[in-house]
Amino acid sequence: MATIRPRVKAPRKAAPGDVVEIKTLINHGMESGQRKDKDGNPIPRQIINKFVAEFNGTEFFSVDLAPAISANPYLSFYAKVQESGEFTFRWHDDDGSVYEDSKSIEVA
Amino acid sequence: MTLFPALAIADEGAVNDAIKSMVGEVPAEGGVSLDLPEIAENGNTVPLSFEIDAPMGDDVHVTDVMILADGNPSPDVAVFHFTPMSGKAAGSTRLRLAGTQNVIAVAQLSDGSAMMGKKQVKVTIGGCGG
Repeated sequence: MATIRPRVKAPRKAAPGDVVEIKTLINHGMESGQRKDKDGNPIPRQIINKFVAEFNGTEFFSVDLAPAISANPYLSFYAKVQESGEFTFRWHDDDGSVYEDSKSIEVA
Repeated sequence: MTLFPALAIADEGAVNDAIKSMVGEVPAEGGVSLDLPEIAENGNTVPLSFEIDAPMGDDVHVTDVMILADGNPSPDVAVFHFTPMSGKAAGSTRLRLAGTQNVIAVAQLSDGSAMMGKKQVKVTIGGCGG
Protein backbone atom coordinates (compact mmCIF):
# COMPACT_ATOMS: atom_id res chain seq x y z
CA MET A 1 0.00 0.00 0.00
CA ALA A 2 1.18 3.51 -0.72
CA THR A 3 2.38 5.64 2.18
CA ILE A 4 -0.60 6.62 4.25
CA ARG A 5 -0.88 10.37 4.55
CA PRO A 6 -3.73 12.05 6.41
CA ARG A 7 -4.97 15.41 5.19
CA VAL A 8 -6.90 17.94 7.26
CA LYS A 9 -8.53 21.22 6.32
CA ALA A 10 -9.38 23.49 9.24
CA PRO A 11 -9.56 27.26 9.62
CA ARG A 12 -6.45 28.95 11.07
CA LYS A 13 -8.39 31.72 12.82
CA ALA A 14 -11.77 32.02 14.52
CA ALA A 15 -13.62 34.13 17.05
CA PRO A 16 -14.43 32.75 20.52
CA GLY A 17 -17.57 30.62 20.41
CA ASP A 18 -17.37 30.02 16.68
CA VAL A 19 -18.37 26.59 15.36
CA VAL A 20 -15.76 25.70 12.74
CA GLU A 21 -15.91 22.98 10.12
CA ILE A 22 -13.07 20.46 9.85
CA LYS A 23 -12.61 18.21 6.82
CA THR A 24 -10.35 15.16 6.86
CA LEU A 25 -9.24 12.62 4.31
CA ILE A 26 -6.80 9.72 4.53
CA ASN A 27 -5.64 7.51 1.69
CA HIS A 28 -6.46 3.95 2.73
CA GLY A 29 -7.88 0.99 0.78
CA MET A 30 -10.54 0.13 3.43
CA GLU A 31 -10.37 -3.55 2.40
CA SER A 32 -13.85 -4.71 3.37
CA GLY A 33 -13.19 -8.42 4.02
CA GLN A 34 -16.03 -9.20 1.56
CA ARG A 35 -13.86 -9.52 -1.53
CA LYS A 36 -12.06 -12.56 -2.93
CA ASP A 37 -8.79 -12.65 -4.85
CA LYS A 38 -8.57 -14.19 -8.32
CA ASP A 39 -8.06 -17.69 -6.82
CA GLY A 40 -11.26 -17.35 -4.81
CA ASN A 41 -9.57 -16.85 -1.43
CA PRO A 42 -11.12 -14.22 0.79
CA ILE A 43 -9.03 -11.04 1.12
CA PRO A 44 -8.73 -10.25 4.85
CA ARG A 45 -10.40 -7.13 6.16
CA GLN A 46 -8.15 -4.15 6.80
CA ILE A 47 -9.86 -0.85 7.49
CA ILE A 48 -9.49 2.32 9.50
CA ASN A 49 -11.83 1.36 12.34
CA LYS A 50 -11.71 4.49 14.49
CA PHE A 51 -11.12 8.21 14.10
CA VAL A 52 -10.59 10.48 17.11
CA ALA A 53 -10.40 14.30 17.24
CA GLU A 54 -9.00 16.17 20.26
CA PHE A 55 -8.65 19.85 21.06
CA ASN A 56 -5.91 20.78 23.54
CA GLY A 57 -5.83 17.16 24.72
CA THR A 58 -9.60 16.75 25.21
CA GLU A 59 -11.46 14.34 22.95
CA PHE A 60 -14.51 16.10 21.52
CA PHE A 61 -15.49 13.93 18.55
CA SER A 62 -14.90 10.40 17.30
CA VAL A 63 -16.24 7.96 14.72
CA ASP A 64 -16.36 4.15 14.65
CA LEU A 65 -16.04 3.07 11.03
CA ALA A 66 -17.32 -0.15 9.45
CA PRO A 67 -16.26 -1.69 6.12
CA ALA A 68 -19.20 0.15 4.49
CA ILE A 69 -17.17 3.37 4.58
CA SER A 70 -15.58 4.04 1.17
CA ALA A 71 -11.88 3.71 0.41
CA ASN A 72 -9.90 6.86 1.28
CA PRO A 73 -12.31 7.67 4.10
CA TYR A 74 -13.55 11.25 4.19
CA LEU A 75 -15.01 12.76 7.35
CA SER A 76 -16.23 16.25 8.04
CA PHE A 77 -17.48 17.53 11.38
CA TYR A 78 -17.55 20.64 13.61
CA ALA A 79 -15.83 22.05 16.67
CA LYS A 80 -16.83 24.90 18.96
CA VAL A 81 -13.69 26.86 19.85
CA GLN A 82 -13.35 29.20 22.84
CA GLU A 83 -9.55 29.62 22.95
CA SER A 84 -6.49 29.20 20.78
CA GLY A 85 -4.99 25.75 20.68
CA GLU A 86 -4.19 22.64 18.76
CA PHE A 87 -6.38 20.00 17.19
CA THR A 88 -5.01 16.46 17.07
CA PHE A 89 -6.51 13.84 14.79
CA ARG A 90 -5.84 10.10 14.94
CA TRP A 91 -6.85 7.31 12.58
CA HIS A 92 -6.65 3.74 13.95
CA ASP A 93 -5.92 0.95 11.46
CA ASP A 94 -7.02 -2.71 11.92
CA ASP A 95 -3.31 -3.63 11.84
CA GLY A 96 -2.66 -1.55 14.97
CA SER A 97 -1.08 1.41 13.18
CA VAL A 98 -2.15 4.89 14.25
CA TYR A 99 -1.83 7.80 11.82
CA GLU A 100 -1.79 11.30 13.27
CA ASP A 101 -2.09 14.88 12.11
CA SER A 102 -2.55 18.18 13.93
CA LYS A 103 -3.63 21.75 13.17
CA SER A 104 -3.40 24.86 15.30
CA ILE A 105 -6.03 27.56 15.45
CA GLU A 106 -5.83 31.12 16.68
CA VAL A 107 -8.97 32.23 18.51
CA ALA A 108 -9.29 35.93 19.25
CA MET B 1 -37.75 -2.88 -2.93
CA THR B 2 -40.28 -5.47 -4.04
CA LEU B 3 -37.72 -7.32 -6.16
CA PHE B 4 -36.17 -9.08 -3.17
CA PRO B 5 -38.86 -9.16 -0.49
CA ALA B 6 -37.28 -11.96 1.59
CA LEU B 7 -33.90 -10.21 1.65
CA ALA B 8 -35.48 -6.87 2.52
CA ILE B 9 -37.35 -8.36 5.50
CA ALA B 10 -34.24 -10.09 6.88
CA ASP B 11 -32.22 -6.91 6.56
CA GLU B 12 -34.90 -4.78 8.15
CA GLY B 13 -34.67 -7.13 11.15
CA ALA B 14 -30.92 -6.65 11.41
CA VAL B 15 -31.34 -2.87 11.16
CA ASN B 16 -34.07 -2.83 13.81
CA ASP B 17 -31.90 -4.97 16.12
CA ALA B 18 -29.02 -2.51 15.71
CA ILE B 19 -31.33 0.46 16.44
CA LYS B 20 -32.83 -1.25 19.51
CA SER B 21 -29.41 -2.14 20.91
CA MET B 22 -28.50 1.54 20.70
CA VAL B 23 -31.63 3.44 21.72
CA GLY B 24 -34.02 0.83 23.18
CA GLU B 25 -36.79 1.07 20.60
CA VAL B 26 -37.13 2.25 17.02
CA PRO B 27 -37.90 6.00 17.16
CA ALA B 28 -40.42 7.79 14.96
CA GLU B 29 -38.91 9.46 11.91
CA GLY B 30 -38.08 13.14 12.29
CA GLY B 31 -35.49 15.56 13.60
CA VAL B 32 -32.76 14.21 11.34
CA SER B 33 -31.89 15.79 8.04
CA LEU B 34 -30.17 13.24 5.88
CA ASP B 35 -28.63 14.27 2.59
CA LEU B 36 -27.87 11.52 0.08
CA PRO B 37 -28.22 11.33 -3.70
CA GLU B 38 -31.53 9.88 -4.91
CA ILE B 39 -29.63 7.94 -7.53
CA ALA B 40 -26.01 6.86 -7.08
CA GLU B 41 -24.33 5.70 -10.25
CA ASN B 42 -21.41 4.24 -8.33
CA GLY B 43 -22.16 2.44 -5.06
CA ASN B 44 -18.47 2.50 -4.12
CA THR B 45 -18.58 6.07 -2.98
CA VAL B 46 -21.92 7.60 -2.08
CA PRO B 47 -21.75 10.97 -0.31
CA LEU B 48 -23.76 11.29 2.90
CA SER B 49 -24.24 14.23 5.20
CA PHE B 50 -26.52 14.59 8.19
CA GLU B 51 -27.56 17.17 10.72
CA ILE B 52 -29.54 16.53 13.88
CA ASP B 53 -32.10 19.18 14.82
CA ALA B 54 -31.18 19.30 18.52
CA PRO B 55 -29.29 21.66 20.81
CA MET B 56 -25.66 20.94 21.67
CA GLY B 57 -25.67 22.51 25.13
CA ASP B 58 -23.90 21.26 28.22
CA ASP B 59 -27.18 19.94 29.63
CA VAL B 60 -28.84 18.26 26.65
CA HIS B 61 -26.90 17.31 23.54
CA VAL B 62 -26.61 14.64 20.90
CA THR B 63 -24.18 11.95 22.07
CA ASP B 64 -24.20 9.46 19.18
CA VAL B 65 -25.39 9.16 15.62
CA MET B 66 -25.48 5.70 14.08
CA ILE B 67 -25.59 5.27 10.30
CA LEU B 68 -27.06 2.02 8.95
CA ALA B 69 -27.70 0.59 5.48
CA ASP B 70 -30.37 -2.12 5.20
CA GLY B 71 -29.19 -3.74 1.97
CA ASN B 72 -25.47 -4.23 2.65
CA PRO B 73 -23.91 -7.54 3.80
CA SER B 74 -23.79 -5.97 7.27
CA PRO B 75 -26.00 -2.98 8.20
CA ASP B 76 -23.29 -1.11 10.14
CA VAL B 77 -21.80 1.93 8.42
CA ALA B 78 -20.51 4.22 11.16
CA VAL B 79 -21.21 5.63 14.60
CA PHE B 80 -20.38 9.31 15.21
CA HIS B 81 -19.78 10.33 18.83
CA PHE B 82 -20.39 13.96 19.83
CA THR B 83 -19.80 16.20 22.84
CA PRO B 84 -20.99 19.77 23.57
CA MET B 85 -17.56 20.83 22.21
CA SER B 86 -18.64 19.50 18.81
CA GLY B 87 -20.84 22.60 18.57
CA LYS B 88 -23.12 21.00 16.01
CA ALA B 89 -24.40 17.42 15.63
CA ALA B 90 -23.60 17.18 11.97
CA GLY B 91 -21.11 15.43 9.77
CA SER B 92 -20.44 13.90 6.43
CA THR B 93 -18.66 10.93 4.92
CA ARG B 94 -18.82 8.62 1.89
CA LEU B 95 -20.20 5.10 1.97
CA ARG B 96 -20.40 1.89 0.03
CA LEU B 97 -23.83 0.62 -0.96
CA ALA B 98 -24.17 -2.90 -2.39
CA GLY B 99 -27.40 -1.98 -4.19
CA THR B 100 -30.57 0.06 -3.95
CA GLN B 101 -31.50 0.34 -0.29
CA ASN B 102 -32.42 2.56 2.65
CA VAL B 103 -29.83 4.50 4.60
CA ILE B 104 -30.87 5.23 8.18
CA ALA B 105 -29.47 7.68 10.73
CA VAL B 106 -30.38 7.29 14.40
CA ALA B 107 -29.46 9.95 16.97
CA GLN B 108 -29.16 9.37 20.69
CA LEU B 109 -29.49 12.40 23.00
CA SER B 110 -28.06 12.76 26.50
CA ASP B 111 -31.58 12.98 27.99
CA GLY B 112 -32.43 9.50 26.67
CA SER B 113 -34.53 10.62 23.71
CA ALA B 114 -33.83 9.48 20.15
CA MET B 115 -34.48 10.65 16.60
CA MET B 116 -34.36 8.92 13.24
CA GLY B 117 -34.13 9.72 9.55
CA LYS B 118 -34.31 7.41 6.56
CA LYS B 119 -33.66 7.84 2.86
CA GLN B 120 -33.69 5.44 -0.07
CA VAL B 121 -30.79 5.50 -2.51
CA LYS B 122 -31.09 3.85 -5.94
CA VAL B 123 -27.73 2.34 -6.84
CA THR B 124 -26.85 1.63 -10.46
CA ILE B 125 -23.55 -0.24 -9.85
CA GLY B 126 -23.15 -1.87 -6.44
CA GLY B 127 -20.15 -1.14 -4.26
CA CYS B 128 -19.33 -4.42 -2.53
CA GLY B 129 -18.42 -6.66 -5.45
CA GLY B 130 -15.07 -8.10 -6.32
